[in-house]
Amino acid sequence: MTTLLEAQHVTKIFSSGILDRHSTVALEDFSLAIDSERPSITAVVGESGSGKTTLARLLLGLVAPTRGKVLYKGQDLQSMAHAAWHAFRRDVQVIFQDPYEVYNPFYRVDHILNTPVAKFKLASSKAAARALIAEVLQAVGLRPEETLGRFPHQLSGGQRQRVMVARALLLRPRLIVADEPVSMVDASLRATILGALRTMHLEHGISIIYITHDLATAYQISDNIVVLYRGAVVEAGDVELVVKQPQHPYTQLLMSSVPLASAERTGTTETGTGTVGLQAAGSAGCKFANRCPRAMAPCLQAVPPLFHTERHRVVSCYLYHSTPALAVAETGKEFTEPTR
Amino acid sequence: MTADVLRVHDLLVYYDTPVGAVTAVNHISFSLKAGERLGLAGESGSGKSTLALAILRLLKPPGRIAAGEVWLDDVNLMTLSAEAMRQVRLAQIALIPQGSMNSLNPVMRIKEQIADALKDHGVRLSKRQVAERVHDLLQWVGLRPEVANMFPHELSGGMKQRACIAIAMSLRPKVIIADEPTSALDVVVQKQVMETLARIQTDLQAAVILVGHDMGLMAQFVDRLGVMYAGQLVEVSPVRDIFTQPLHPYTQMLIASLPSLAQKGTFQGIPGLPPALRALPPGCVFHPRCPHAVERCQTEAPLFREVRPHAWAACHLL
Repeated sequence: MTTLLEAQHVTKIFSSGILDRHSTVALEDFSLAIDSERPSITAVVGESGSGKTTLARLLLGLVAPTRGKVLYKGQDLQSMAHAAWHAFRRDVQVIFQDPYEVYNPFYRVDHILNTPVAKFKLASSKAAARALIAEVLQAVGLRPEETLGRFPHQLSGGQRQRVMVARALLLRPRLIVADEPVSMVDASLRATILGALRTMHLEHGISIIYITHDLATAYQISDNIVVLYRGAVVEAGDVELVVKQPQHPYTQLLMSSVPLASAERTGTTETGTGTVGLQAAGSAGCKFANRCPRAMAPCLQAVPPLFHTERHRVVSCYLYHSTPALAVAETGKEFTEPTR
Repeated sequence: MTADVLRVHDLLVYYDTPVGAVTAVNHISFSLKAGERLGLAGESGSGKSTLALAILRLLKPPGRIAAGEVWLDDVNLMTLSAEAMRQVRLAQIALIPQGSMNSLNPVMRIKEQIADALKDHGVRLSKRQVAERVHDLLQWVGLRPEVANMFPHELSGGMKQRACIAIAMSLRPKVIIADEPTSALDVVVQKQVMETLARIQTDLQAAVILVGHDMGLMAQFVDRLGVMYAGQLVEVSPVRDIFTQPLHPYTQMLIASLPSLAQKGTFQGIPGLPPALRALPPGCVFHPRCPHAVERCQTEAPLFREVRPHAWAACHLL
């Protein structure tokens, strides 16, 4: 298989302090591979502080990994030639969380759509450029005549975010990294934007990495899911398996904590008040051990490897030590294996 | 039959803008029984937070209450003097604000902030009694006693939110207004905080108004749910009914837009956008987006009435 974008054992450590230097492991030994032939939607879910946004920034080459590599078609992002960067910036697009911050308020929204058209010479004439822009706006459910010519403040948050999706679509990328694209958008528009992303995947064969804290939307749009806890992968695999029958104690806790929007009432008993302590870099053992109801002695000694519990699932937990551990070389490939 | 502890009658709130007054809360009426949990849900800009602040008379200009009554037992809060209202707040009707991290004083220890609230409302206690009260309150909300001597920055988000709950509960209010109390918290912590709030509310037999946009949280916490759209209450029904047999077309579409964790491919957006509050459509505010709208909806505003027992909605088609 040829990989479009691949993270190989990526670790990112942030250091701070001048005299008393202390460091935070934002992401630890993370691997992921996006196939260039078979498009997929991969959700990366985690709570705040789990390293989601750091992952997005690493995949886009905005920050350099402390250890490991991010490869675009086999080339390391950190030492890639200018021409490869040009191709990368067309092939890999991003949608950020905040549709308010990405616009320059002094420019009309047309600017953000015209710039890529000019930069990548997508159209031969002004009329062709206009037609192209109108097409992508319609694809995300916006009426060009009501959108173009306006300033960002004249559009709602949902409209602005849809313009960002349209901009990403304009370049016909191979991969879109969407970092919490709908967390600032109301429920009724959330479905529309996620629908537009899914359509792009199905009709244009675009792979999507959907980074979110929202399990319900992750379940709805993705084929594969990676669950992060404090910078480490705790469970990954086919979304139906992970969401419906979570195996890692953290994934189980997470799933049971989601308030279900249904007439049915789920648990009402008070669960423990375990709080998340900060863990310094280099401390041994499973990161979830201090909150885990099933922690055992080995959990405190070394980080559990990813155990291959089923064909399309890996779990980083010693409860599954009887299943084969994933070989280092295969890590990452398994997460994005298309399953259907 | 328990009596109503809070009655909001025909409340009207304007925001004054350079281009004229904008109606943020449009003639809203509802009531709340002791011990009851009412949810107020709506999208951003629907007026739910404004309504909550107006009930507490905490609105700041350019917002202003133009008309209406808010009865807490047999006192109309709108007629109280500013000082009398200040005493009613916290003692009888308390707020758990949105984003607790910003509502605690960063340079005061938690125990001082709790003691401050007590003292300000005329509770005269010795130093030792205050320490005991603080200890009890913290224990009640599931915090360790050491938290009393800590500053807000030493606490996690969930702990800060619990500290806010402790302050809100310190004078055993009859009504608690919780404005998106857990919107900044992770789901695991959110569940714990909501469970704490539920337990304390049951202990106190206080009524709760939970303001928010998370329908999952509403489904799991409240007894009745009010749905707001463009400054109006379009439906108030028992929460089970909202999810099984919603009345108003907006409620129906809102429920259909929720992504499910049980089944794939079962959610769809609502076409169109909410109206700008300064240019509300004539007739029913939802008619431009409503798939069932008839001619009457464009001209005549529907009355908010009891369609089924305990289920109220404003729609011509019901």
